[in-house]
Amino acid sequence: LPALRKRTPETLRLSGTPASPGLARGALVIVGDLDPVGAEAVAGGDPAAALRAALEQAARQLTQLAAGVREDQTAAAAILELQTALLEDPVMTDPAFEAIAAGASPEKAWLTAAELQIRDYREAADPYFRARTADLIDLRDRVLRCLRGTAAAVLPGDAILIARDLPPSRFLEISWCGGGIALHEGSPQSHLSMLARARGVPMLVGVPSADLAAHREALLDADRGDLVASPDPVVAREFASRQSAALVSEAAERSFRSRPAQLPSGERVLVQINVNDVGELPGLDAGHCDGVGLVRTELLLRRMADLTDEELQFEAYRRVMTWAEGKPVTIRTLDAGADKPIAGYTVAGESNPFLGVRGLRLSLRKPEILTVQLRALARAAALGPLKVMAPMVTLPGELERFRRLMAEAVRSLQASGVDCRTPSVGMMVEVPAAAVAIDLFETDFVSIGSNDLVQYLTACSRDSAELAALQDPLQPGVMRLIRAVIEHARIRGIEVSVCGDMASDPRYVPALLEVGLRCFSVGPAALGRVKKAICAAEAAED
Amino acid sequence: MTPGTTAPRASARALLFHAGGLHARPAIKLTKLAKRFESRVRLAAAAQGPWVDAKSVARVMGMKTPSGSTLFFEAEGRDAEEAVAALAHLVEGDFAGAEEADA
Repeated sequence: LPALRKRTPETLRLSGTPASPGLARGALVIVGDLDPVGAEAVAGGDPAAALRAALEQAARQLTQLAAGVREDQTAAAAILELQTALLEDPVMTDPAFEAIAAGASPEKAWLTAAELQIRDYREAADPYFRARTADLIDLRDRVLRCLRGTAAAVLPGDAILIARDLPPSRFLEISWCGGGIALHEGSPQSHLSMLARARGVPMLVGVPSADLAAHREALLDADRGDLVASPDPVVAREFASRQSAALVSEAAERSFRSRPAQLPSGERVLVQINVNDVGELPGLDAGHCDGVGLVRTELLLRRMADLTDEELQFEAYRRVMTWAEGKPVTIRTLDAGADKPIAGYTVAGESNPFLGVRGLRLSLRKPEILTVQLRALARAAALGPLKVMAPMVTLPGELERFRRLMAEAVRSLQASGVDCRTPSVGMMVEVPAAAVAIDLFETDFVSIGSNDLVQYLTACSRDSAELAALQDPLQPGVMRLIRAVIEHARIRGIEVSVCGDMASDPRYVPALLEVGLRCFSVGPAALGRVKKAICAAEAAED
Repeated sequence: MTPGTTAPRASARALLFHAGGLHARPAIKLTKLAKRFESRVRLAAAAQGPWVDAKSVARVMGMKTPSGSTLFFEAEGRDAEEAVAALAHLVEGDFAGAEEADA
């Protein structure tokens, strides 16, 4: 009997950096790199015709892949489009045919021609162009496989794929159904990572190389950052129960994610998203939300040089506007300072930075910097319904000055014939004094920043775990003030939303609905669960 | 062109402000548009060159032109005037909202 028992290798645990969250379990499949100088194709026939056929076959494969790309996967579409265009470009292919005419084999000829292009990108200073190297290598290998008549093995969509790196086009060939990826190289910012997140495929990058050949099964925990090969039964059981719990809640959330949130009474509740990074937009579907409720520009503009670069800012805002497809977009001017310093701009060494010169207070002290941002915003306002919001407003006079600077920016743009519009101007409500006296502010809309409002109202530092119990946002002191702000906005007929973490947490949704909130702005990952909570809360009320 | 006749020539320039520069998507759009004209069309990122074939995506993207550069177009052929005007218009219109995700 012992002779029949297959020896299972000992459990091997490796850590990596999560690039796309989630849990996956499956057969462990090692994906080797294609050897570009591997066996030559069987000689014979017309070498030029063989290359022509391989190029045509590769182009057909790319067209097929492109047809399967979803509309929101613009990154994937761009890669495939580039590869297709290169195949049709004589500058790319002619050197190969010339080499064949001079006696080279089709493989050798293609490798040389491809290398001419690849070499040029490998050394590029600009990271965007350097990253195209991978797309060109991917194209080179696709044509090589066509020449050799070896289709790349179709990789299973239910396995844990281990690879050095994986080209996006191979990712797109896989019919994903529960599998995951662990890469020895790669980065969370790569195109592949974006595709994995958009497709919901768990992925780790930077996993150390190890001899995995003897292992047959693996668990991939891309929430915590673990790859476990040949897990023991206890670990496997624990993993399976986490996985099924996650599946249940994911499935429920996903079914809500794409639908508008609506109370049974038929009343619509708006759910917008908060944007911290313009780069994540292509992976998100604008159709799943009611616009953008908060763009945190201090997270887009991290360097002093960005603050004076109107074109760079306009481009970032333009991208948000384009993505939103005509839905409303609220962009907040810089809320730098406190836990979000910008070297050379924010004040260093304050004894209590959360109560210091930050947000609008700092902007009004540096009007030349604020004006750059307001100019870029006024230009973006010409592209669609844009609302501009000032952070950390304390007194009505501050908002007035902000408004005047906006008007001046618009006038100066108009004077030089630049396309622009005056956006609506509103304020964050997070300073208690402003919340209590909200009726004195000349504002087009308000957005409640629950994180700071709770910290200031309860006199509890946000980072104090010790005082967590005192910071419960549901306590009467907080909820009464939120109710008062919402009621005031309703009477005035101006829009009111909550854009802090409180809005993204389903536990607080019923209470916020109860005080009259009908517009939530949440982290993109929370869309499904907040919408689900909105429907469930109303049902519980009945 | 038949030998002996002088083909019409035209030139134009346009400021490239596409974020990141002449990336894959805008390069593809530019070459596709250039191919619609029968004229020979050349492109450079400086008035004195070097010039590349505006119909080759490998060449156009290979220029690795950063945002903020001025692009120079030169065309030679029956529809030279239309070609450079259309290409400059494409660049100035920021590639008609060239898609985002190639950044």
